[in-house]
Amino acid sequence: MSEHNYQPKSKFGKWFNDRLPLLTLANHLTDYPTPKNLNYWWTFGGILTFCLITQIITGLVLAMHYIAHADLAFSSVEHIMRDVNYGWLIRYIHANGASMFFLAVYIHIFRSLFYGSYKSPREIIWILGIMIYLLMMAAAFMGYVLPWGQMSFWGATVITNLFSAIPLVGESITTWLWGGYSVDNPTLTRFFTLHYLIPFLILGLVVLHIWALHVPGNNNPIGIDIKKPSKDTVSFHPYIVVKDLFALLLFLILFAFFVFYSPNVLGHADNYIEANPLVTPAHIVPEWYLLPFYAILRSIPDKLMGVIAMLSAILILAALPWLDTSKIRSAVFRPIYKQFYWILVLDVLILGYVGAMPAEGLYLLIARIGTAYYFAHFLIILPILGKVEKTLPLPMSISEPVLGGSLNAEPARSKENSQKL
Amino acid sequence: MLKFVKYFSLIFFLISGNIVSSAENAEKLLTTDWTFKGPFGKFDRASLQRGYQVYQEVCASCHSLKYMSYRNLSEEGGPEFSVQEAKAIAANFEILDGPNPEGEMFTRPARLSDKFAMPYANEEEAKSANGGAYPPDMSVLVKARKGGADYVYSVLLGYEDPPVGMKLDDGVHYNKYMYGNKIKMPAPLSDGLVEYADGTSATEQQMAKDVVSFLMWTAEPHLEQRHKIGFRAIVYLIILSILVYFSMKKIWSRIETEV
Repeated sequence: MSEHNYQPKSKFGKWFNDRLPLLTLANHLTDYPTPKNLNYWWTFGGILTFCLITQIITGLVLAMHYIAHADLAFSSVEHIMRDVNYGWLIRYIHANGASMFFLAVYIHIFRSLFYGSYKSPREIIWILGIMIYLLMMAAAFMGYVLPWGQMSFWGATVITNLFSAIPLVGESITTWLWGGYSVDNPTLTRFFTLHYLIPFLILGLVVLHIWALHVPGNNNPIGIDIKKPSKDTVSFHPYIVVKDLFALLLFLILFAFFVFYSPNVLGHADNYIEANPLVTPAHIVPEWYLLPFYAILRSIPDKLMGVIAMLSAILILAALPWLDTSKIRSAVFRPIYKQFYWILVLDVLILGYVGAMPAEGLYLLIARIGTAYYFAHFLIILPILGKVEKTLPLPMSISEPVLGGSLNAEPARSKENSQKL
Repeated sequence: MLKFVKYFSLIFFLISGNIVSSAENAEKLLTTDWTFKGPFGKFDRASLQRGYQVYQEVCASCHSLKYMSYRNLSEEGGPEFSVQEAKAIAANFEILDGPNPEGEMFTRPARLSDKFAMPYANEEEAKSANGGAYPPDMSVLVKARKGGADYVYSVLLGYEDPPVGMKLDDGVHYNKYMYGNKIKMPAPLSDGLVEYADGTSATEQQMAKDVVSFLMWTAEPHLEQRHKIGFRAIVYLIILSILVYFSMKKIWSRIETEV
């Protein structure tokens, strides 16, 4: 790799770099050879980093004004909305930022699923990603509790009660989590502490995630191994930086639309009613990004099995690199997988929809079928499909189309390729 | 690029579609020409001032606005009473203060910095005065109900005789738009209930519109600023996106790959 030969130009730079090779790192990051055919679905890594930083900065400011106390939390949020300078802006960015973060992470995950980015040699990147996703869900859930509205309180009650399904020790664990015999002030203060901590754990995992990525380098839409650096790659800076920036700006327009014109549309009206342990809301629903898992939880009549199913639905993703037996990464060359992929996308969207509906009648039936299909996709379809599917021939390299083109034909063909993908 | 935008808008559409469908109501809500809706929505000052009058003369005897201060009445983006007017309004209310150097609590006229006076000393008193129902605080009421301003507006105008066969207990009223259709609050508005200083005819609809606009403001006191900044932010982002798009094209033109 080129950074081994990197020498800072200035004398001080050289002196410093010999003691702490930060400049070598910076050089590695700018020169990092990236496949030149990455499409816009690959810009969400950068967008996610932006989301994390935004959440940390806005969260830091909110924490300066927020009071983690059952009697004061709700009014301290109203204080932020009314009296803190631009407090409304910071809180709406933070609250909608969580939704935007999940929107981006879902696109990022489904991009991996489509292009087989989880496959060898990128299993560790993938598993780190699943860990980040799990921590994101924990952070989002605890963050939603902090305003201490009705949905905060009852959402916390429902989710923490899940632990009581564990045989023998379940009740004790729930009491321990609550710090008492119901969701109350001790629960709120510990959730606040953890909500503050988790983003920094995520940040640490993100560093590992990117580190692990920089070992084999990016996957790409064709999913073949490429030589790095070569004419199949471009340097990260300026090519990928400017493209990521452009995609980020488009994402920010959507983000701004929510923050400024529909700041509450992704939340639940009941959360503007202060928490009241004596009044249960008619429907207790989690935030939209947790709905598919909520549907899986409720589709199983037994509480313990429901919890196990919900957790397995996430953890099964960690085993994906071994469940998918196909050696071909990209769905572009897997015609049958491509169809199952879109069915899975649809299945998750349907699960999300029924997760928002009452668990009864037709909705329950759909949730059960959806849940069964979700697991079947990973446990039955993928292992078998990898063995029986007839895949399309792979190109030799990004620049050369299938069956090897001559060098002269390259420009036209590569243009064709990138449009198709 | 085009494909990316297509998918992106599809996802956007799916999310918003999900929200809209889950927000569906059994009874179609009444609505009116709200001035605060839309990207350029602003409050109608006169309407907010009338709305404050309706709140004060009709609602305030039972419903508190505990997150509001009298100073808010003269702040930008609200009813924008003059500071003198807001001071005069505040002075009409007695606030419990203290203890004084002798250790006694005392009452004094409210100042701009005081929160709105509460109708009841505590929740128990409020309940006992209202047949066991607690009149909710109205500071964020509009945001705390599905359907928002339209819902509150509909409930105010939704009093009717109960359908045949429906039995109502004493002190319970039928309301077409209230969840469960039963409400303890008697119909609060009737034509000519208040006398508007600006000569506007105080019909039920007019009062409902004014007071709901006022409550929208108490729930979102920075709504106008939000809309204004939002427009600028989005225009800025669009212009910057266009500039970055062409920079990107320029940079990528150094190699043969399309971006």
